[in-house]
Amino acid sequence: MVHAYSLEGFHILLDVNSGLVHIADELTIKIIQLINQDIEAGIFPASCPEIDVKEYASKAFAFLNSEYSLDDITEALIEIKELIDADALFTPDIYEPNIDAINARQTVIKAMCLHIAHDCNLACKYCFAEGGEYHSHDRSLMSFETGKKALDFLVDHSGNRKNLEVDFFGGEPLMNFDVVKQLVEYGRSIEKEKNKNFRFTLTTNAMLLNDEITEFLNKEMSNVVLSIDGRKEVNDRMRVTRNGKGSYDVIVPKIQEFVKKRGDKDHYIRGTFTRHNLDFTNDIQEFLDLGFENLSIEPVVTTADYGICYEDLPQIMGEYEKLARLYIERRKAGKPFTFFHFMIDLDQGPCVIKRLSGCGSGTEYVAVTPKGEIYPCHQFVGQEEFIIGNVDEGITNTEIPATFRKASVYTKDHCDKCFAKFYCSGGCPANSWNFSKDINKVYDIGCKMQQKRVECAIMIKAALAESEEDE
Amino acid sequence: MKHIKTLNKKTLQSTLKKGGCGECQTSCQSACKTSCTVGNQKCENKK
Repeated sequence: MVHAYSLEGFHILLDVNSGLVHIADELTIKIIQLINQDIEAGIFPASCPEIDVKEYASKAFAFLNSEYSLDDITEALIEIKELIDADALFTPDIYEPNIDAINARQTVIKAMCLHIAHDCNLACKYCFAEGGEYHSHDRSLMSFETGKKALDFLVDHSGNRKNLEVDFFGGEPLMNFDVVKQLVEYGRSIEKEKNKNFRFTLTTNAMLLNDEITEFLNKEMSNVVLSIDGRKEVNDRMRVTRNGKGSYDVIVPKIQEFVKKRGDKDHYIRGTFTRHNLDFTNDIQEFLDLGFENLSIEPVVTTADYGICYEDLPQIMGEYEKLARLYIERRKAGKPFTFFHFMIDLDQGPCVIKRLSGCGSGTEYVAVTPKGEIYPCHQFVGQEEFIIGNVDEGITNTEIPATFRKASVYTKDHCDKCFAKFYCSGGCPANSWNFSKDINKVYDIGCKMQQKRVECAIMIKAALAESEEDE
Repeated sequence: MKHIKTLNKKTLQSTLKKGGCGECQTSCQSACKTSCTVGNQKCENKK
């Protein structure tokens, strides 16, 4: 499968099964589109089409209404054929025959979302955790004892995996900062003996940040995610206190101070956009104006009236393109920023097994609640039918993890023909469940946005490669 | 080549045999939490 598209003047060929990216001229992309039509019509097989250059050049010449000379078409076809012969274009999918073996491989639990506080000092209107209560109407904090059992569970189930990831999550985790500190101390105390390395991270709304907390986070957290939505009016529409007051004025100086002290250590400024701010590049610009450079902005996932609808997609697609232009401009001007979804490393990215196993929810990644219940991931918390165990007894329900393990791009609707399948691994199971009550279905609006982000990310690579060549 | 330029060299097929060590970051432990973004994780296979 070859995804051929043009964006910002670049003609791009993504060979889906190899992950190779080729930059072509306009003529070549038109020929590839013709080949794709012929594959669709069954004239060629989906991979390794055998092209007779002379014969196909005549066909392409007629198809392109003599827009290009026969010599040029022949020349382009010779190059296409060379790439096919070199296993760089229209490569076969060699993974599907191996998917059972890949799914059956021994995995360990290596990452945990620790719900340290099911309570929050904000009441963001779009929060999937419903103010930290996760459908339970139970505002509670995790005890040190439960957290300790959770870390022990992780260590015990992590096999030979050295790097263990623990994200302090909520609600608002800083509402239970003392326990965060105790758990980090406990984790560090067993690292050597257990031959583990804890990578602690924390996701916060920044309301409680102060010097002491900042110092601790900068010392102990390998990544900190700070939530803010962008412009004041955008942030304050959704991110409000329990009294309905906007949080922007409180959090901005705190985040600025934090980021200044954080220096080069990993952190993300993470926003959410809704259909009220489909012009979210302006929110990215706000982040940049505030001095933030490591950025992420995610579409809200909800069926509520501020959720993303099909009719919003054209504007969102244009907005991602606008953001990609800003990204390139700033890079070229020596004022770069990172955007989570544009960070694709074409040579050092994850292996295909990772891409086929996805987020690992329920198998490699679990969430633990203040009560010690274990869920496949943070987004399922509160839907009790998804409880797979607890920190006292371990995993007691193996059926649900088995279902999650089997879900892949080969079991999900629509993934087989999607060019982005090895970038999203079939998408978020929780989104599938929330929209379709079936983790083997996809959240189609999310897929379309993901596809656009992948297209933009690859185009950025092409633009930056061209710019480096020019220098 | 005159018409086509290849941007990267490493193929996904080449990662099939030695991949799957599991040392890389879990995607939801980064910045997303509401989508599944695997493609931008870094490989941490040191072997």
